[in-house]
Amino acid sequence: MPESRAARRHPARLTKALVAPTALALAGLLLTACGAKDDASTGSTAASCVDTSKNSIKVGSLHSLSGTMAISEVTVANSTKLAVDQINAAGGVMGKKIELVLEDGASDPKTFAEKAEKLISSDCVAAVFGGWTSSSRKAMKPKFESLNSLLYYPVQYEGLEDSKNIFYTGATTNQQIIPALDYLKQKGVTSLYLVGSDYVFPQTANREIKAYAAANGIEIKGEDYTPLGSTDFSTIINKVRSAKAGAVFNTLNGDSNVAFFREYTNAGLKAAEMPVVSVSIAEEEVAGIGAQNVAGQLTAWNYYQTVDSPVNKKFVSDYKAAFGADKPTSDPMEAAYASVFLWKNTVEKAKSFAVADIQAAADGVSFEAPEGLVTIDGSNHHITKTARIGEIRPDGLIYTVWDSGKAVVPDPYLKSYDWAKGLK
Amino acid sequence: MDVVIGQLFTGLSLGSILLLAALGLSLTFGQMGVINMAHGEFIMAGCYTTFVVQKVISSAGVSLFVSLLIGFLVGGVLGAALEMGLIRWMYDRPLDTLLVTFGVGLVLQQLARDIFGAPAKNVLAPSWLSGGVDIMGAVVPKTRIFILVLAVVAVTVLAVVLKTTPLGRRIRAVVQNRGLAETSGVSSRFTDISTFFIGSGLAGVAGVALTLIGSTSPTIGQSYLIDAFLVVVIGGLGQIKGTVIAAFALGLLNSFIEYSTTASIAKVIVFAAIVIFLQVRPQGLFTVRTRSLA
Repeated sequence: MPESRAARRHPARLTKALVAPTALALAGLLLTACGAKDDASTGSTAASCVDTSKNSIKVGSLHSLSGTMAISEVTVANSTKLAVDQINAAGGVMGKKIELVLEDGASDPKTFAEKAEKLISSDCVAAVFGGWTSSSRKAMKPKFESLNSLLYYPVQYEGLEDSKNIFYTGATTNQQIIPALDYLKQKGVTSLYLVGSDYVFPQTANREIKAYAAANGIEIKGEDYTPLGSTDFSTIINKVRSAKAGAVFNTLNGDSNVAFFREYTNAGLKAAEMPVVSVSIAEEEVAGIGAQNVAGQLTAWNYYQTVDSPVNKKFVSDYKAAFGADKPTSDPMEAAYASVFLWKNTVEKAKSFAVADIQAAADGVSFEAPEGLVTIDGSNHHITKTARIGEIRPDGLIYTVWDSGKAVVPDPYLKSYDWAKGLK
Repeated sequence: MDVVIGQLFTGLSLGSILLLAALGLSLTFGQMGVINMAHGEFIMAGCYTTFVVQKVISSAGVSLFVSLLIGFLVGGVLGAALEMGLIRWMYDRPLDTLLVTFGVGLVLQQLARDIFGAPAKNVLAPSWLSGGVDIMGAVVPKTRIFILVLAVVAVTVLAVVLKTTPLGRRIRAVVQNRGLAETSGVSSRFTDISTFFIGSGLAGVAGVALTLIGSTSPTIGQSYLIDAFLVVVIGGLGQIKGTVIAAFALGLLNSFIEYSTTASIAKVIVFAAIVIFLQVRPQGLFTVRTRSLA
């Protein structure tokens, strides 16, 4: 009697079914390993192929246009484009029009590294504007160093890093997280609960927060991480509830914030009793979460759409004219916008597109950005920035409730803080 | 005490989400043996359906229920189209269905990205689902209770359809012994398409439910696909009962481990437990009893 389909299916078919994904995964691993070897052998042959003989100069834009980080990074890529368009309309850089080469990092550090290499080696761009997650920056860093090119990285990050091939135009910790902690302390908060995505930035930021807390008599009631893109927060919310901390310090990134804040509100937790301070949600994310779910919560950034200055009013209206009247502007967008102008100003000061000339000329180059005047610190390639604490209002915009008054000098290694000794 | 109650409900609600995501798979993978990697994208289709319906019907409450219906139809039509267009030629080649449907999933993701844009979309939950209910000191979000009820209803309806209707009898007959069923006059083509329609429709319903929890992005389906496959494999192929038990067991196990450790460690421990479990019982919790195996 011939075997029936069902008999063949169980369990032999299951075994087959499981063999396939395993085989695929192994093949993927092998390919990655081979890829890594290739990188090492070609990495040493770094020679600039930037073509400065034409009427235009190429620069790269490398952000996640897809995947879990797209919610945040698409707007940053738009903002880079706005700056490039404005510079081109005003005559370009040293008489050359900027030609923007767009690439998609797809929310995946490995893709960021590959695309960075492509932009530098085969597109021959003079500089790259890109990245959001620290993992993407860490993945790109060796490429920019070995191929000797320039990356302008526009997002606040955990600090403890510098590279002569990277300009950090977002905040480092002493321009964002430490002012936020100081603000909470001054408001009488004596205990914190730390929630973050499970990767470089939240882990490092939380180590710094814990060191600060230990030195300032603030109790850490708990610390939780979820995988990037995770949408299940009920357990963490239950833990936060029973911990009864003075505030929650939120270093979640991307889509996870939507699920986190919905769950937070639905569980009956309120901003008035246990505020959440976020360092990675801006105006664009507020719209995605739903303003009613985050109203009253705090954020720490250097820029909000509501910043009251003529430069910012023009930036906001230009952005809305280019990308839609309902599109908000945010901190990383502002930093990305300023990055392009800082690059332009440095090139013009150096009178050269060459990496070494730009590095030599960078110190003291400044730009009147929407957040206020920013200046490159040549010793660590970070920039001075104004620190601002904001409150999210039901209209979806963030309003400054405290600011540092003047631009804060960057201190990526927290050398000026005693409690930070021993952090690496 | 409120911690135990809170985690119990967290586990149940996680289980109900897993169950909704896995229920359709237990038909298409469990019963038909087709590895449909595009199942996650059918879930995503349900999410975007909710988003579109809410654009048309502004009342969040009405649009939710309309979405459940349309989400089922959209998922179902996508599934039936996939079956008729591709899968019917490869019923004897499970590895090929894996690759082909994976490709289809990528196409659907890109399609969603082109139509709706890469940034995540937000669907408003009806006001009567905001806030939580106090159950013995633990606050359980109403959205979670709604999803739990939805999962129970979906399982019940599916079980009734499979047990009592002529279509259900045909599906079970084809699954247990295709040759004999065909000889007895059951159209296996029609049954295959129907099974896919129902299974993928349930993915659409899962998608509608997921919009209540998080945001809708083109890659949302991927985060649930692996968990859904695990639930079906642990439950035992071809067993709705096994799927239900496996989903809630995984949900509860995860929530209690997560409470005492962290989300990442809980995932590792749960995966390790699954590996050990499958060593002991490779056939899953339950196995289908058929004449040919007896």
